[in-house]
Amino acid sequence: MPIRALTGNEAMAEAMRQINPDVVAAYPITPATEIVQLFASFVADGCVDTEFVTVESEHSAIAACIGASGAGARVMTSTSSQGLALMHELLYVAAGLRAPIVICEVNRTLSSPINIHCDHSDTMGSREAGWIQIFAEDAQEAYDLTLQAIKISEEVLLPIMISTDAFIISHCMQRVDMLEDSEVQKFIGPYKAAYSLFDKTITIGPLDLQDYYFEHKRQEIEAMWKTAPVIEKVAQEFASKFGRSYGLFEAYKTEDAEQVIVACGSTCGTTRVVIDNLREKGIKIGLLKLYAMRPFPHQKLKEVLSKAKLITVLDRSVSMSTMGGPVYIELRSALYDAPKHPLLVDYIYGLGGRDIDMDQITDIALKGEQIIKDNKVEKPVQYVGLRE
Amino acid sequence: MTKVFEIRWHGRGGQGAKTAALLFGNAVMSTGKYLQAFPEYGPERMGAPVQAFNRLSDSQISLHCGIKEPDIVIILDPTLLESQPVTKGLKAEGTIIVNTLLEPKELREKLNLATQKIFTVDASGISRDLLGRELPNTPMLGALTKVSDIIGLEDLVKYAKKKLEKKFRGKGSGIVEGNLEAIKKAYNNVRGG
Repeated sequence: MPIRALTGNEAMAEAMRQINPDVVAAYPITPATEIVQLFASFVADGCVDTEFVTVESEHSAIAACIGASGAGARVMTSTSSQGLALMHELLYVAAGLRAPIVICEVNRTLSSPINIHCDHSDTMGSREAGWIQIFAEDAQEAYDLTLQAIKISEEVLLPIMISTDAFIISHCMQRVDMLEDSEVQKFIGPYKAAYSLFDKTITIGPLDLQDYYFEHKRQEIEAMWKTAPVIEKVAQEFASKFGRSYGLFEAYKTEDAEQVIVACGSTCGTTRVVIDNLREKGIKIGLLKLYAMRPFPHQKLKEVLSKAKLITVLDRSVSMSTMGGPVYIELRSALYDAPKHPLLVDYIYGLGGRDIDMDQITDIALKGEQIIKDNKVEKPVQYVGLRE
Repeated sequence: MTKVFEIRWHGRGGQGAKTAALLFGNAVMSTGKYLQAFPEYGPERMGAPVQAFNRLSDSQISLHCGIKEPDIVIILDPTLLESQPVTKGLKAEGTIIVNTLLEPKELREKLNLATQKIFTVDASGISRDLLGRELPNTPMLGALTKVSDIIGLEDLVKYAKKKLEKKFRGKGSGIVEGNLEAIKKAYNNVRGG
């Protein structure tokens, strides 16, 4: 298998090249520009058979993707931040039409104030659009998960976005173990659309009022329910063939942990090192890295997390509910009817790309040990590395 | 190299700090190790102070935070000594390598460093002699290779040759040979401790 040094963006572009989708319609945006730029060069160099549609905006990009998907094509695109926000109304259309489109997303904050750096506001902002959402920790995961995304999405007929953290991963070069082109093609298999405008006379996207809209939405929810086991099945197939494990989440040293830190994206890597250091000091702490935000694996998380005394959530975005970040809110809800309640605390960190280092995560973990001793959460939602 | 080894490169936009970090990381990976290479995420302007970073290890690297306490600091442009906090966070047992005409002893006084190892090399002069241009980044790769225990000179030159031949394809072998000579000359001329 080829070993390459790639940035997160290059890894995603290479995955797209090997997938060789029928259609890519995309509009470049920092920090995802390189994905689109590299893929355009693959098209120009004849490395792929893809019809590359250059468009005037992200709204048009996703519109073209939906049209192409309706025509039976395997479709991919890439965007970030304002680009994903501009796609917003059509994200719902893609999901409602059950179009298995794959977006390679780079997590970047949303304006205003304008900022090009990492947080999860853009991706979390579209979490109710009906898309499967998977967070990658690094470039290797971005590559592996983009390949798996094709299979997951095409099986459940829901669109999917795989995301990396802006600059921290999108622009960091690291070792990536790639698969051979032929292995990728064998893994994803050929695409045969369930419904295509070219197969028979069908109507896509007609008016659907009081008498059927509700049933169709209910089916979409059912499809998302059925996605969780498919994510696990595809991950198992990937692991058995290529040796790297994925799934809905990764539970690291959680088995006997009294405190479990829950996070998604690149911060999980830094947290893992902190966990190892604290374990050496005899502190029973673990990490739960959330891959899947949608569907949110509430049943399984309840099983894994309700044994702990404290769940410490790291959220890289906020909810204006003023009840903390989206991961915390989901998790709190998931654990509400667990037989045994762990305490829960949320730390909002890294908005607009502010770095979070090992010292800060260690500090959070040690505060957690004190919360366990006191058996009391004084302030459920706090901010890390913020001037107040 | 059992731990994660961290390097911070200081240069000015256009001097190739990022290119050097990428090339060095790739060269180290070619010996079977793991790398991270990333630039400072700020505005990129010709001549403005820039930073680039490497993490290197025998095993997979899962740290994704910024590098605050590097093991090695490399300065591509001596004028940065005056204007940038180049020694900030450098470990007490760390190493600094500077492209300068100054002697290591003079530099130690200037930077007010007590415990760190200090190395100097005239990378600008070497690149002017061998490449006809001020391109301090490739010679500094040679100096770094000599001073650290991360990669051998042969492995570095082998990888750099491959990379540069690809980059300068069709532009004659002179530029590739010049760069490789610059790496070797800096390797042999870096001094300090």
